[in-house]
Amino acid sequence: MKKQTIDSRPAGPKPWYDPRIRSIFFQIVTLSIVFWAGWTLIDNTLSNMQSRGISTGFGFLDETAGFGIIMSLVPYDATMSYGRTFWVGLTNTLLVSAMGVVAATILGFILGVARLSSNWLVAKVALVYIEVIRNIPLLLQIFFWYFAVLSNLPSPRQSVEVGNALFLNNRGLYLPEPVAQDGFGLVWGGLVAAIIAVVALRIWAKKRQLATGQIFPTFKVGVAVLLLLPALAYLVAGQPLTWDVPALKGFNFGGGITIIPELAALWIALSLYTASFIAEIVRSGILSVSKGQTEASKALGLPNSLTLRLVVIPQAMRVIIPPLTSQYLNLVKNSSLATAIGYPDLVAVFMGTTLNQTGQAVEVVAITMAVYLTISLLISLFMNIYNRAVAIKER
Amino acid sequence: MNNAKSIAVGAALILGAFTASTASAATTLESVKEKGHLQCGVTSGLPGFSQPDENGNWTGIDVDTCRAVAVAIFGDAKAVQFTPLTAKERLTALQSGEIDILSRNTTWTLTRDASLGLNFTGVNYYDGQGFLINKGIGVDDATQLDGATVCIQAGTTTELNLADYFRAKGMEFKPIVFDTSEQTVQGFASGRCDVLTSDRSQLAALRSKLADPSSAKILPNTISKEPLGPVVRQGDDQWFNIVKWVLFTQINAEELGVTMDNVDDMLKSDNPNIQRLLGTDGDMGAKLGVPADFGYKVVKQVGNYGEMYNRNVGPDTALGLDRGLNALWTDGGIMYAPPVR
Amino acid sequence: MAESVIKPPKKQLGPVAWMRMHLFSSWYNTLLTLIVGYLLVTSVGPVLNWLLLDADFKGSDPSDCTGAGACWLFINQRLNFFIYGFYPNELQWRIDVMFALLALSFVPQFIENFPGRKWLGIFGMTGLPVVGYVLIPGGSFGLEAVDSAKWGGLTLTLIIAYIGIIASLPIGILLALGRRSDMPIIRGLCVVFIEVWRAVPLITVLFMASVMLPLFLPEGMNFEKLMRALIGITLWQSAYMAEVIRGGLQAIPRGQYEAADALGLGYWKKTGLIILPQALKMVIPGIVNTFIALFKDTTLVLIIGLFDILGTVQSTITDPAWQNVAVEGYVFVAFCFWVFCFGISRYSQKLERKLDTGHKS
Repeated sequence: MKKQTIDSRPAGPKPWYDPRIRSIFFQIVTLSIVFWAGWTLIDNTLSNMQSRGISTGFGFLDETAGFGIIMSLVPYDATMSYGRTFWVGLTNTLLVSAMGVVAATILGFILGVARLSSNWLVAKVALVYIEVIRNIPLLLQIFFWYFAVLSNLPSPRQSVEVGNALFLNNRGLYLPEPVAQDGFGLVWGGLVAAIIAVVALRIWAKKRQLATGQIFPTFKVGVAVLLLLPALAYLVAGQPLTWDVPALKGFNFGGGITIIPELAALWIALSLYTASFIAEIVRSGILSVSKGQTEASKALGLPNSLTLRLVVIPQAMRVIIPPLTSQYLNLVKNSSLATAIGYPDLVAVFMGTTLNQTGQAVEVVAITMAVYLTISLLISLFMNIYNRAVAIKER
Repeated sequence: MNNAKSIAVGAALILGAFTASTASAATTLESVKEKGHLQCGVTSGLPGFSQPDENGNWTGIDVDTCRAVAVAIFGDAKAVQFTPLTAKERLTALQSGEIDILSRNTTWTLTRDASLGLNFTGVNYYDGQGFLINKGIGVDDATQLDGATVCIQAGTTTELNLADYFRAKGMEFKPIVFDTSEQTVQGFASGRCDVLTSDRSQLAALRSKLADPSSAKILPNTISKEPLGPVVRQGDDQWFNIVKWVLFTQINAEELGVTMDNVDDMLKSDNPNIQRLLGTDGDMGAKLGVPADFGYKVVKQVGNYGEMYNRNVGPDTALGLDRGLNALWTDGGIMYAPPVR
Repeated sequence: MAESVIKPPKKQLGPVAWMRMHLFSSWYNTLLTLIVGYLLVTSVGPVLNWLLLDADFKGSDPSDCTGAGACWLFINQRLNFFIYGFYPNELQWRIDVMFALLALSFVPQFIENFPGRKWLGIFGMTGLPVVGYVLIPGGSFGLEAVDSAKWGGLTLTLIIAYIGIIASLPIGILLALGRRSDMPIIRGLCVVFIEVWRAVPLITVLFMASVMLPLFLPEGMNFEKLMRALIGITLWQSAYMAEVIRGGLQAIPRGQYEAADALGLGYWKKTGLIILPQALKMVIPGIVNTFIALFKDTTLVLIIGLFDILGTVQSTITDPAWQNVAVEGYVFVAFCFWVFCFGISRYSQKLERKLDTGHKS
């Protein structure tokens, strides 16, 4: 018998009905449209800049800036370059963002927990706070703190003072600055030694707990070590620390650490605003942990504090982390509102004054956007790593 | 099929958007005439220079400079629309063609002339940078300002002048940079800074915005030259000439004693200079590309330079600025226009 | 437990028992209640006094404000400016008509069983922009033209927020579909577009729109300032919109896709008739939340020199005739925003509960 092979499959579709070929075709078309549009845009921009006699290139970064900036974490004066103004702006942005993230997280967690408090009054106050603050534009809150509140502070000569060391007036908050003298290295050494000791203690305590079941009070002992060891080093080295206390010189206070009103207003507004969102995230995170978990842990005889620390919070964190990340990102982006009250952040200094003095809008805006993109990607990356670490491990 | 069709339509739309209106290289004068009005860039509110009232009617010396150009072209001082601009965006707005003329107390500098593709047509106000202080701090001279906190507006030449001045004098300062002049005043009024620095004319205007203007005073020091004037795009000489000569016409009118009130009588004047100025003799208008009687209409509707000055910033206004440098050269100032001939 | 005899419950009703349970259940709750209560009593009193009791509402000029409390007279006097900006007085009826239509289209959405509320909503999304396009700028049908530089105040705030949402919705849908597409290049392009716009602050977008957009366009092609800001806001907002809609697309059970495929529907029919209607309905609360965020963010346009409601207030509180009215101005704007945002967010929460089909565990 001759075997006849019959192709049971129907004949393939015509090429223009084949989904794969279609998909390749559409992708090529889309790609070419995007490339063409991008090219047109670039071509337009270049020819516009040429015909209007606008200079291009990144050479301006080396030119002398020639303008002053009120506050900078890196050394800066007007004789330095435009490139330097970029770093001043960037560090100022990072500073206010970091301060905001810390304050908003603490306040947000407190409010989130207060919202669930069994105390009726506390829960209602937290609710009112959250509903009021998050429904009012952030820019308005920044204006309020800057123009309405801080401007009512006294002038430098009538400063509010605390113990002749801490001064508050409409030019800012002045704090004494610790100045390390010779031999302060020993204190740092003590601190490093203490950290190593605590880590070692933790590993040892864990091992012992696994072996014998006994719990060692790691936390209390750890805190004691962290405080005592550097303090001991400080005494041994002969107290090598002096304080630079601010004092009125001419119009303003000099010396010490200054928190300028622009930074304070921005920080307060960013923290209060973001905290109201974090509070809701925390609340829904805690609510997401099923009651069975708490009951099970109680049944095991864990006290309230351990139930919270070992059962509720770790599970709630899984729900909390992703939206928390996007709140942090929002906070960093919102810090660009600094430009409205003159805090010298990246947008105000670099995209403001530098752009204006050089006239090179395209380059400056491109750099600024690249910075925000990088910050976003970095925060997402770290949070993803953390998220993976706390995610449920199914076995 | 549906699929392909919708993509094709989309592509055609995008194509259309990008190729649309690429071929419109008319001269500025032609495009202005086609629009039927002049588009003029001004401040978002600076008394005496350009300020809208509650109904959006603009007044000020910079506004009148624009109106004069509109009169020269259309014979109508109302054929002009104003675009309020911040200091940051004013130059790009002109470069991009969004406005036809920028009259926004802009300082004439080499960089702006040479590397930004702009041309300054002249000077309608000679200014200099000064300091406004609160009388309470007891300072009489700018050299005593070491360590002061200074409020300043972003995107201006004053930001650079300030740093230069303090550096040259070996003094320290703390700059607080705001986006708008209003915020600068708010900052100064609230005591955030000791000093407000800006062009002296602006200082007078800003001082008038304080709750108690007498509590502040302007220091005698002038730390820079700030010639302010209208700006146009480079590469259109006809337009450049029109804007330039409308201002010169107003200055010449003052020098020849032609005013809003007497301009009709002056038409009968036998002074050849006045005849050329008002267009009763010669073809000055045609050379510029505007009607022959543009000089008459400008003076009739907007006035000569002196009238424009006194109406907006002069001694009888809230600003109360003396003519000073802005007096005619014949009166000890430096306002000097080339002759109309 | 040591005690085996359970005593009968004490009285569990009435205010005393309620307070015992909710305010003074333990020593630290009692302490907390006392501290918070003390803070409330000491702060609410003066604030209320300032806001209402000692405040000045009536009068005709600044001297009628006594300074003991808030000077609401200031708001009263400038209300027209805060609402309409520089829009000519005699033409303000056009804006009033728009306000009325806006209310007519969207307020019924809060009322259940309002007759025809679905059609009113659809009109609000499609017909209203057309009416607004004719009415507000004028210049056609015998209406006097009003330059966009004269628009301001609350009107401008609403225009920007409304157009931002309406225009970003279709772009957001396309981007979301693109991000879920099987075609790697299209997916990649959409991901890059969405992530870049979401990473940058709105201020930089607005700056770019107001300062740089003119450089990107061909010679002679120009938009006015408001238009440029709207383009920037729309592109920025569409990236957020895309992510909201993507959430809806992901929540559609796989069976729906497969059923559509089994019926032999092509991609667009499957998407348009089966997937999108379900997904969009599911994400309405998300869209409303983005709207609230955008509505608050519209205040940023004052930084590029547009007079939104905050811009108009900011520019009038420096008026030397009125002394120290900054707080009044800010409280007024805050109140306006709060009423809108709180109301809308309540609506979205209600909707969320109603639309919850129980898919989420």
